[in-house]
Amino acid sequence: MTTTVSPAPPSSGALRRRRGLGGLRVLGQGPLFTAGVVVLAVLVLIAVLAPVLAPYDPDVLDLSASLTGTSGDHLLGTDQSGRDILSRLIHGARTGLLGPLLVVGVSTLLGTLIGMVAAWRGGWADALLSRSMDLAFAIPGLLLAILLVAVLGSGMAAPVIAMAVAYTPYVGRLVRGIARQEKARAYIESYRVQGWSGWTICLRHLLPNIAPTVFAQSAMNFGYVLMDLAALSFLGFGVQPPTADWGAMINEGQSAIQQGAMLPALAPSACIVLAVVAFGIVGEGLADRIAKRER
Amino acid sequence: MTGATEELVVQRLRKRYGDHTAVKDVSFTLPPGSSLGIVGESGSGKTTTVRMLVGLERPDGGTIRIGGRDRSAPARGRAERLARAREIQMVFQDPYLSLDPRVTVGQCVEEVLRLHFPMETTARRERVAELLDQVGLGEREAAALPGKLSGGQRQRVAIARALAAEPRVLVLDEAVAALDVSIQAQVLELLGTIRREVGIGFLFVTHDLAVVRHITDEVMVLREGQVVEAGPTAGILDAPHHPYTRLLLSSVPRRGWNPGDAAAARRSLG
Repeated sequence: MTTTVSPAPPSSGALRRRRGLGGLRVLGQGPLFTAGVVVLAVLVLIAVLAPVLAPYDPDVLDLSASLTGTSGDHLLGTDQSGRDILSRLIHGARTGLLGPLLVVGVSTLLGTLIGMVAAWRGGWADALLSRSMDLAFAIPGLLLAILLVAVLGSGMAAPVIAMAVAYTPYVGRLVRGIARQEKARAYIESYRVQGWSGWTICLRHLLPNIAPTVFAQSAMNFGYVLMDLAALSFLGFGVQPPTADWGAMINEGQSAIQQGAMLPALAPSACIVLAVVAFGIVGEGLADRIAKRER
Repeated sequence: MTGATEELVVQRLRKRYGDHTAVKDVSFTLPPGSSLGIVGESGSGKTTTVRMLVGLERPDGGTIRIGGRDRSAPARGRAERLARAREIQMVFQDPYLSLDPRVTVGQCVEEVLRLHFPMETTARRERVAELLDQVGLGEREAAALPGKLSGGQRQRVAIARALAAEPRVLVLDEAVAALDVSIQAQVLELLGTIRREVGIGFLFVTHDLAVVRHITDEVMVLREGQVVEAGPTAGILDAPHHPYTRLLLSSVPRRGWNPGDAAAARRSLG
């Protein structure tokens, strides 16, 4: 479900050129990485400008124009209810990105906090937090989401909360690992000898030095969460109709396949694949970049 | 043995890691402004000992006092933490790892001043320049990130940073071991000058006996977490009593040196 970024082994001169989020620079990363960044940038733009870009209202029904196929009026055709597929895809980018953004934001924040406290305090605090994270690993995210939907009702809240809970231990474990390694480095120890408080060292010095790795992992998680949330709305647990959502669109488009219309299901599937792959490439690219600089 | 005439007093220090006892029973004192060498092989407990002194490790037993204040237990509160930091500072072995890669040389020294001494910004800037000047670094280096500096320059930064807190004792943990031989000599020279000018006590952890002879007044030989021999540096290096000290000395390459003899002596010691 998730791959962790394996931090490079500590070596002499390892820290020579690590600075801030310099990993965001696109140049010199190869064409694949650049393509990934471009795809993500376009996706974000589409999501932000959806009302301007979409040729039609995504929710307006026109039963007389059901499953029209591609035409000059409807570039990607219409679905069974006669809604413009392109417009729904464009609006679907909003829910498609907003959900993962919330999940990744919350899980990164919580996971970083938990991981850093565990790594810094060590001892019983580390044991308690690490065992709690192990426990959380044992609960499948999708199952938790379905349970929460039963409690909170369908909509975006339950899947987002469930996914945030499910992803927090992944981030926590990653952060604990790299923070422990970083804590043992002489530059952090020298801050301790200077008399700084643990909180100051963690927030001002440790966090900025581990942030690029955490950021790279978050980019990858973004893709995975997007897929998980799409799966949930495909199953009918996520965003509810008529709201445009890629996962829900695949579900609605299934029956059209039997009638020979592939686009209603295929177009949103392609969007999901494209987004997940782009996030994966960008995340891996950032991780590689950090690993290279650590050497 | 104890009292106001001694800066640093360490008594019966102990540290265990699981089943392994890293430091068994170490006692020593450091008079104000003097220089003590702690020598021994890797694993002899010398680094663990000084890490306990600066508060990076917690002793399992024994006491550490600097200027009469006990520091065997963790500091309680900010004031005590800062007061302890002004008693003892440390220069780490590898200058490539001991400086924050994201902080410029000037900021790195200035941070320490800001933490410890309330003063005007201009006064603080001047003090930073003064401290860097003391270790032979100028304005150009002050504006640079550690990545732009050589190993010797970085170690000078680490020394300036340690001196910024105006400690009574400075621990140098293999502080020149990672540097080129020619640079080692420069840094040792610099340390000698600083000691004469500032009157600070040095605790010099090293496995290099030439360094010990050059910079320390007294020397303490550690083996398996215990002191096997201690006394004035010249006396011990010229006329060692303990076989282990003789072994360390015979392991130093020199004219007519036979590695086989040293290896045989090592085996016979067990």
